[in-house]
Amino acid sequence: MAENIQPGTIQDQEEVKVQSGRARAALPAADLPDKVHTWPYLVRAEFISGCILLLVLMVWSITVDAPMEEPANPTKTPNPSKAPWYFLGLQEMLVYFDPWIAGVLLPSLIIVGLMIIPYVDINPKGNGYYTWSERKFAISTFLVGFLGMWVGMITIGVFFRGPGWNLFMPWDYWDPHKVVPLTNIDLPYFVGIRSQMGAMLFGTICVLGWLVGIPGAVWQWKKDHPFFKQLGMMRYGIVATLFMIMAGVLMKMILRLSFNIKYVLVIPNILNI
Amino acid sequence: MPDPEKRRTSLGDIVTNNYVWRSIFRHGYADTPRNRVLQVSANVWLHLHPSKMRRHGIRYRHTWCAGGLTFLLYLCTVVTGVVLMFYYRPTGEYAYWDVKYLDFDVPFGMIMRNMHRWAAHGMVIFIWLHMFRVFMTGSYKPPREFNWVVGVNLLTLTLLLSFTGYLLPWDQLAIWAVTVGTNMARATPLLGTEGPFGPQLGMTPRYDARALLTAGTVVGAPTLLRFYVLHCIFIPIIASILMILHFWRIRKDGGISGPL
Repeated sequence: MAENIQPGTIQDQEEVKVQSGRARAALPAADLPDKVHTWPYLVRAEFISGCILLLVLMVWSITVDAPMEEPANPTKTPNPSKAPWYFLGLQEMLVYFDPWIAGVLLPSLIIVGLMIIPYVDINPKGNGYYTWSERKFAISTFLVGFLGMWVGMITIGVFFRGPGWNLFMPWDYWDPHKVVPLTNIDLPYFVGIRSQMGAMLFGTICVLGWLVGIPGAVWQWKKDHPFFKQLGMMRYGIVATLFMIMAGVLMKMILRLSFNIKYVLVIPNILNI
Repeated sequence: MPDPEKRRTSLGDIVTNNYVWRSIFRHGYADTPRNRVLQVSANVWLHLHPSKMRRHGIRYRHTWCAGGLTFLLYLCTVVTGVVLMFYYRPTGEYAYWDVKYLDFDVPFGMIMRNMHRWAAHGMVIFIWLHMFRVFMTGSYKPPREFNWVVGVNLLTLTLLLSFTGYLLPWDQLAIWAVTVGTNMARATPLLGTEGPFGPQLGMTPRYDARALLTAGTVVGAPTLLRFYVLHCIFIPIIASILMILHFWRIRKDGGISGPL
């Protein structure tokens, strides 16, 4: 360790190690131990990033004032009433689902789903470094869920929703009297089923097929694969159910925005999906 | 080691080479490996860190500094928040005008409120960046599974901290954003008056999950007091306890993640 390194040179050799790219490649640093002193190298990095952040926060706070509107007035509802921006993804889901699903069930599933990630991701690779090729499923699922859906829905809620929670382009005038034709129909009606019992049956088949049928079929097809054997039916069931719920939310959004589908399954007074 | 007697001339030596300084800082001033270790391990603020760490862990591109900066922004909100508390009364009559007073009459009041607001928003953004980075480096994998769980809880608490603070200016933006947010609780299954099986279990608008949050049937003065206490006392204490656990676990789980 320190004994065989000449005084006055240690910081240079460590400095070489914390540099990236050409400076390191030019010197025989590969045989040096992988560890460097926290002081000054980490403390320096933290100090610099903290200073930059505080500087940006100061300048931002001097130039941009925190919002302050009229005094609270419970008799005067603004249109639109928007939740804080970080909850607009949840408010956006209210467009597509009943309040107890959009406002309670799905947020709970997001939190629980995030917490169980380490316990269901049994892939030992990609532990502590960036990789795409070793974790394609995990990373693409996370990117779709976090960037595509969570950040995407917040973006829709912040920039594209106006009075009546109608869609507006950011440069459009927010017309509170905008008339939007109510042409939404349920999926069974869309495919030509007219009787209520038939619609409920078709809707049930769609929802159960999506949440149970597809994961079950994949399990039957792949269960002898070594990876699925190692994963086990329990973990597979949890992952597949949560994955299909997430994909289902996305599918429902696409059906609504592209084909004006209101619900897939309607059981009057009990459940709309 | 250079002889300290011969280097009395430099200002650094005059400051550091005396009894008082050495009673505070036990390590020497010279840049030696021993002092580098002591500067971290003998300092109460820095001893969260190991005295030596793996080279890639100090790279900006590995950590984005997102977790540390989230904590720094939390400290910013604590400091500015305590200043705001000196001037703010969480009652329906006073809250709005106290914030106006802060903005226009209190010296540096506006910048304190601005910093509190923007640091809180920044904290939400940085904690998401931190989660994103930790996922991308696979740092939740063994042995760090539980620390990821603690982190998800901290993420939820950060959103709740920000949400409870949103009401406190007591303006139109605040009351209606919180109305929209708390209305969702009405639909809680079993516990909400409009949720599945809620009415069957005896839930009423005055006695359900939403009424617990808002302390009444509408977002009013009792809600303001409830959110104030949650915002200033309850959630910060819970979050601080979890942060202690989170930071301690980083060390106990082997420090910053890296290729095995």
